Amino acid sequence: MNKAPRTATALLGGIAATALILSGCSGGGTGDNGGGTDTITQDQIDEAMTTPTNLTFWTWVPDIQNEVDLFEAKYPDIKVKVENVGQGLPHYQKLRSAIEAGEGAPDVAQIEYQYIPSFVLPESLLDLTPYGADELADDYVGWAWNQVSPAEEVWAIPQDVGPMGNLYREDILTKAGITDPPATYDDYATAAKAVKDKTGSYISNLGATQAGQMIGFFWQAGIKPFGYDGAETVKIDVNSDEAKQVADYWTGLIQDDLISTDVDFNDEWYQGLANGKYAGWLTAAWAPVFLQGTAEDTSGLWRAAPLPQWEEGAEVSGNWGGSSDAVLAGSKNPIAAYELAKFINNDEESAMMLATEQFLFPPQVSVLENPEWVDQQSEFYGGQEVNKLFAEISTTVDTDFQWLPFMDYVYSTYSETIGTVIEAKGDISSALDTWQDQLVKYAEDQGFTVE
Amino acid sequence: MSNTPALTVERPSPPVKAKRHTSPTKRKQNRAAYLFLLPFFIVFITMLVIPLVYAGYLSLFESKLIGGSVFAGLANYARALTDPQFLGGLGRVALFFIIQVPIMLGLALFFALALDTMRARGSKGIRLLIFMPYAVPAVVATLMWGYLYGADFGPIAQIARAAGLGTPDFLSAGNILYSMMNIVTWEFIGYNMIIMYAALRSIPGELYEAAEIDGAGQFRLAWSVKIPAIRPAIMLTVIFSIIGSFQLFAEPSLLDALAPAAITNGFTPNYYAYNLAFINQELNYAAAVAFLLGLVIAVISYFVQLGSERSARRERKGL
Repeated sequence: MNKAPRTATALLGGIAATALILSGCSGGGTGDNGGGTDTITQDQIDEAMTTPTNLTFWTWVPDIQNEVDLFEAKYPDIKVKVENVGQGLPHYQKLRSAIEAGEGAPDVAQIEYQYIPSFVLPESLLDLTPYGADELADDYVGWAWNQVSPAEEVWAIPQDVGPMGNLYREDILTKAGITDPPATYDDYATAAKAVKDKTGSYISNLGATQAGQMIGFFWQAGIKPFGYDGAETVKIDVNSDEAKQVADYWTGLIQDDLISTDVDFNDEWYQGLANGKYAGWLTAAWAPVFLQGTAEDTSGLWRAAPLPQWEEGAEVSGNWGGSSDAVLAGSKNPIAAYELAKFINNDEESAMMLATEQFLFPPQVSVLENPEWVDQQSEFYGGQEVNKLFAEISTTVDTDFQWLPFMDYVYSTYSETIGTVIEAKGDISSALDTWQDQLVKYAEDQGFTVE
Repeated sequence: MSNTPALTVERPSPPVKAKRHTSPTKRKQNRAAYLFLLPFFIVFITMLVIPLVYAGYLSLFESKLIGGSVFAGLANYARALTDPQFLGGLGRVALFFIIQVPIMLGLALFFALALDTMRARGSKGIRLLIFMPYAVPAVVATLMWGYLYGADFGPIAQIARAAGLGTPDFLSAGNILYSMMNIVTWEFIGYNMIIMYAALRSIPGELYEAAEIDGAGQFRLAWSVKIPAIRPAIMLTVIFSIIGSFQLFAEPSLLDALAPAAITNGFTPNYYAYNLAFINQELNYAAAVAFLLGLVIAVISYFVQLGSERSARRERKGL
């Protein structure tokens, strides 16, 4: 495109396409999404899995075809077409458009945990309970299962998670006279000063517009900023006293110039990780592998540790990121679709493959306890058993965390309100108030009851 | 800027009234003409008119996540007219238009005139060089400039630091609009120059001879002969530039990844409409915003054209 898209055509065309159908059917659900369905019997499953069927699977996991091949080998009658329609936002936009259009939606789709409610609200997802999904609960770490099944229903099968830890450059910290990774946030602030004064590096970077990271910190601190009852009532509490304590901590470090606030996941930031501008990164379990690709030249210098704690001796963490696979309510082959979502993320071989080949951090207990995976030593981290560390952290994540059914809006307003303040080195606490007001207003405008 | 005929530029002139006695050949020619126009009209109606009408219809409704869609009359328009994000975006593109367009068109005109007077062999190569940035897609151009603007590793910042000037922050909230103007100027000088240059080439040589006999130098020639002669072409570039600036979209949406805090959701009206539709899930309001933007562009284009016709008439009378 070497032209600015034309309001008249590009945008309106898109809107028209999605909306033409909107007016045709109000809401996207097909009505019966399993609420009243009886449990599916084994006979029905056997029949479905031996009937020639074509499934479509939308996901952005690289090389997932390998796991799909395992599934197809087990069920030769089922053919799966894997499609990558984009990562994150574009994927959801296409998914919503297809659901509204009533055609072209996949049978199974990858959905990040925080977006599950926004698909539950318009009844776009199939409740997997009648298919036997509730029996899988014990196969996953509790907090991950709660993400896909906050109440009775099961909306998706967990695929990967991001319990949070601290990745840091041991060499830079040593140069600053720090031998152990900071155990508490007070230690972390002290260390930040030492690192900045003695080495010129920032102890870590707080992505100015990275809502996921900040919400992960909230999660760790036991803050429950969001709630959703699955129908019309939401809870929005992003400016609680506890949230403000977390915010004030970061405001202090930022204003003392001990933490950088560069926007993350762009070239400048990659360079910063690679060249020691940042001596660490408070991040999620998917990051150790990501970092190896980003900062190859610093191999062997990094170490992993749990997040600093608010209370001496505590062991709690939050989560940042991770996905599940859900079955769309409109799927014509719900049984086969469910079996695919289940197989990919529950079959031991497939789950292990996701962890060892695609390096997704596993929510599956079977992988978390598998010595072959746990005892892996990572050269990049000086031979440390990073998987083991994060597997231990994974048991310390607070189980009960909920999202709002409009997280796209939540994230985008985070960047508008908090992001601008962080960039300007302002007071994050007062920005939390602004954010709260905007979220409440939006929720009320959209017809929700706000608690 | 966008080089696309927008919904506003010129209405097709009304068809000439058929005389009572059209000869058979004339009729045949008319039929052929309509036949040739048919594909255009089919696409025009299905891809532009119908979506436009439909968007207009949509903009009269309000749909919520809870409670579905209800008729809202002009409520969305009323909301847009008091929406600080929309008005702020409009203000931003207006500023963009006022500052960037004169610079861009001035430079384009300068280069076109310079090339026109150059009798040298190199003019073809130079013309191509100036035109080249236009061949680079806006997406690529923005990513490229995004790197050049980078504060830590961007070459401009590194040179500035080496020279002891500190680090210029091209992507801060205060500067990003100007950085964007620079990108767009770089992209579209060549395009506008080609339009003007083509018009210059079609000026009849007698005019130059007459001017030379009167003893006009090159500057006088440019000012009194060439520029008035290519006024329609310049007008065309102005209209395209109005449309382009008011519809800025690619640049803010791409720079958003580099400077998300500086590029707000309502940075430009078009970008705002996009975000309303796809992030806020407010399709109806997005349609209203897009419609209003179209209206604003139509009105401004109309007045600019009117003004230029008036001044042209005044000049003709003065001669």
